[in-house]
Amino acid sequence: MLQQRNPQLNSNGELIHLLSIEGLPSAVIHQILDTAGTFLSVNDREVKKVPLLRGKSVFNLFFENSTRTRTTFEIAAKRLSADVVNLDIARSSAAKGESLLDTIANLSAMHADMFVVRHSESGAPYLIAKHCAPHVHVVNAGDGRHAHPTQGLLDMYTIRHYKQDFTNLTVAIVGDIVHSRVARSDIHALTTLGVPEIRAVGPKTLVPGDLNEMGVRVCHDMAEGIRGADVIIMLRLQNERMSGAMLPSAGEFFKNYGLTPEKLALAKPDCIVMHPGPINRGVEIDSAVADGRQSVILPQVTFGIAVRMAVMSTIAGNNA
Amino acid sequence: MTVNQLDAEALYAQLLAGVRPLVRHDAALAGVWSGGAWLAERLQRDLGLEGEHGVISSALHRDDFSRRGMSSAEPTRLPFSVDGRPILLIDDVLYTGRTTRAVINELFDFGRPASVTLAVLVDRGGRELPIEPAFTAARIALPPDARLRLARDAAGHFSFDVQEGD
Repeated sequence: MLQQRNPQLNSNGELIHLLSIEGLPSAVIHQILDTAGTFLSVNDREVKKVPLLRGKSVFNLFFENSTRTRTTFEIAAKRLSADVVNLDIARSSAAKGESLLDTIANLSAMHADMFVVRHSESGAPYLIAKHCAPHVHVVNAGDGRHAHPTQGLLDMYTIRHYKQDFTNLTVAIVGDIVHSRVARSDIHALTTLGVPEIRAVGPKTLVPGDLNEMGVRVCHDMAEGIRGADVIIMLRLQNERMSGAMLPSAGEFFKNYGLTPEKLALAKPDCIVMHPGPINRGVEIDSAVADGRQSVILPQVTFGIAVRMAVMSTIAGNNA
Repeated sequence: MTVNQLDAEALYAQLLAGVRPLVRHDAALAGVWSGGAWLAERLQRDLGLEGEHGVISSALHRDDFSRRGMSSAEPTRLPFSVDGRPILLIDDVLYTGRTTRAVINELFDFGRPASVTLAVLVDRGGRELPIEPAFTAARIALPPDARLRLARDAAGHFSFDVQEGD
């Protein structure tokens, strides 16, 4: 009988695509974080480039706009010596009616070795991984509301960097969780890595109650949600959601769930504050916190490049 | 000499004596992870050199990456400036020379050394690249599929980890 296996792993259990953190063994996650540590030190060298992906072509396929994520993938690929091609698909073939798989077939004919894909449809990177040639690797750079695995991994790298051990932590994720692929990826990763207390904090309209089933404690009260936390992950309040009557107003949200120095004082004194960016000052986070001593928002960006280098080199080195 | 006659501690004593004349003024030791790094750590102490030894990893320059993938290794850590420095590379076992080639590339990512000299505990032959150590404590012949590497116990005592081929 043919066994259904995780499409991200080959028959030896090695990572060949990164599509989601869900279903990744903790050993694979730790291996990526260890590898990222190696790449982080590359920044201190005179030559800030390593030859692992020399002669390979990485295609950034962004069907949904994201300058920041695309840029970090581009830097990561270039530091690995890959040739990088950026395709702003939103404005090209797709707009002319070409199907996703036709686009992939065409780019494969241009000898792509890796696709970094962002798409508004959940599951699009899976479809690409299923239909591309065996030597081609796929990285999900965010699909719909489903997953944003490299953000999840860089968040884990950040937590490990500051807290070392996952198994004694309380992590609070605050804000628009229902629309957030980052929250979903973080929850899967934190669970796999053995974090005993994960809290999802926000208003009822933005924090789904069924998160309880994932082992997450749902808190609609901010003070209860962040009290005693070791790590607070703030999420961006997606302005586009505001119109849908999910929230009264940005001011109201800030009053209840915005992270201010007063609210942060409820967490542990050495609690770190994370945010995937871009931040909305005065909407989900106060400037005094975003720029404060507990904020690790900018280190997250630096770690993100090393983590993306680790993901790309790991999958490129494993064969289907 | 057969592989079972190899005495790692006795060979280390020979390596120490052999390396001493190779240590030029201002030289820095860099041990190839992992066995070479242990040797460099002890040599640094036994030679009475100031500062800390370096650890160098071949992982980012390996030529078998596309076949074997990322190898796990500690990252390179060179607690000294490479520029203009005579570098003494230390490794436990020299075989094809491919690891040495990779770590020399790695070294040059940190700067331009004045010179690079190689000293090894065991040369097992089978070179595939034009690399020759300045000092070798022992030479043995092993079948291609045999594996030989240095091991270190909790007390810091050296021995060899041998997996003989067919």
